[in-house]
Amino acid sequence: MKLTREEVQKVATLARLHLTAEEEERLTEQLDAILRYMEKLNQLDTSRVEPFTHAVDVVNAFREDKVTNHPNAEALLANAPDTDQTFFKVPKILE
Amino acid sequence: MNPAVLTLHEAGEKLRKHELSSQELTLAAFQRISETDDKIHAYITLCRDAALAQAKEADERLKQDGNAQPLLGIPIAVKDNFLTRGLRTTCASKILGDFMPPYDATAIKHIRDAGAVITGKTNLDEFAMGSSAENSAFFPTRNPWNMERVPGGSSGGSAAAVAADQCVAALGTDTGGSIRQPAAFCGVVGLKPTYGRVSRYGIIAFASSMDQVGPITKDVRDCALMLEAIAGHDPADSTSTDRSVPRYSDALTGDVKGLRLGVPKEYFISGIAPEVEHAVRDAIRLLEKNGAVVEEISLPHTEYAVAVYYIVATAEASSNLARYDGMRFGHRAGAKDLLETYMLSREEGFGPEVKRRIMLGTYALSAGYYDAYYLKAQGGRALIKQNFDAAFQRCDAIITPTAPSTAFKIGEKIEDPLQMYLSDIYTISVNLAGLPALSLPCGFDGDGMPIGLQIIGKHFDEATILRLAYAYEQATEWHRKKPRIED
Repeated sequence: MKLTREEVQKVATLARLHLTAEEEERLTEQLDAILRYMEKLNQLDTSRVEPFTHAVDVVNAFREDKVTNHPNAEALLANAPDTDQTFFKVPKILE
Repeated sequence: MNPAVLTLHEAGEKLRKHELSSQELTLAAFQRISETDDKIHAYITLCRDAALAQAKEADERLKQDGNAQPLLGIPIAVKDNFLTRGLRTTCASKILGDFMPPYDATAIKHIRDAGAVITGKTNLDEFAMGSSAENSAFFPTRNPWNMERVPGGSSGGSAAAVAADQCVAALGTDTGGSIRQPAAFCGVVGLKPTYGRVSRYGIIAFASSMDQVGPITKDVRDCALMLEAIAGHDPADSTSTDRSVPRYSDALTGDVKGLRLGVPKEYFISGIAPEVEHAVRDAIRLLEKNGAVVEEISLPHTEYAVAVYYIVATAEASSNLARYDGMRFGHRAGAKDLLETYMLSREEGFGPEVKRRIMLGTYALSAGYYDAYYLKAQGGRALIKQNFDAAFQRCDAIITPTAPSTAFKIGEKIEDPLQMYLSDIYTISVNLAGLPALSLPCGFDGDGMPIGLQIIGKHFDEATILRLAYAYEQATEWHRKKPRIED
């Protein structure tokens, strides 16, 4: 089944990514080729294995619940596109 | 002799004997940079003044302490995806703008505490996504052995800087081969440690279940010394292990007698360059002659690794890169409302490969496709891990080529993403399984380009792969060859 341009648009919106018409066209073609290659995974019998998400046995790493405030708010805010006093200033969320 | 050519252990010895000062060594590195980096473009940001101040401080410490730590006073280059306090960090992306990290990554803290001198931040594929360093938003890095060729990626800048003597050693990261493949392409040594061996805190995240920090160096002893300095538990990275850090340099005995080496038959089928195969087979014979026991093994799911990897890695990346929303740091586009701010900031800030991977990962995780792609890939990952577990029942290490070819030409694969992905075939399984692996030089092809030998070890058994690599290096001269950088 060929990947459609509508699907690419839908995924781009999910990813919060604006695409130009040209990008959309190119990505439809490239992603289709890559996904076709991925189809080889259908040959694999994975019914007898547990999906594997972590490379080494990691158990919960507990530590003391200690507050460690970053001492340098100024440096953190210095990277912000917009600030107001000690706050990050962001576009309006509610109309 | 120009001190820039020294290895870390050679330079360290001279520093401790006061035959050389860190300031002389640092100046020599910057001299090389000014002579060669307008051609190679290994660095995005240089920090000469800070480096010379650190070198001066190191010289003071060296005066007082004859038993100083190995890294004291050594100029080290850092891939530009490590946060470095007060030193611009770009990840080779426009979306970070002039990001000034408020803190150091743990690996950076370790090398600073050890007295290393940071020369600058090296080029990479944007967000470490790529195999050629061509995906940088700034410029491609060139291979010091041939300016028409890529240095490999994503840690292409770090590998090129080490090969060109623009630093003594470098730090990189490896999610699917990003330390080992550029090390192979540039004729230097690169180690991806076991997942969990080195803290990932302060590394700009790409695929968190596979990202790992490691050294790129001029020889194997340097690699062991660098790993000793950066390995260890970090409360800020809950996946870092609290196992103690061995003295890896003690493993460098030169003796490989009785070590059992597996050679996976699936790594020597179609697609491998004949000269690469010859060089790797010769290396295996040499290790056998020196007492290692060689056996053919099978890793039957190798052919699925690229498909598995590019689903798992892109899924994790699409999630990790959601944080670039133009709100708290980085690029924010002018837009009419919040949604448009997100969409346009990301459109303007990310390059083509990053967008492609975000799209692929979002697709694989989206409703209706999750089971067919993401879950299926995790099943494939389990099978690949089982293959290695079975192999390591029979052998102590696995020997393979690092890459199917030597460095390809700039522009050769950039228009065909799938071909680029397929060039990672020998390195990505290691990340999927969380294993440690090292690449070291094992020859040159007819065009004079370096060939890399990959040694894969058991979980947390970096000592054995370093031991094997050192024994091979001692028996050969490849690592002593230097590129002649032409005008």
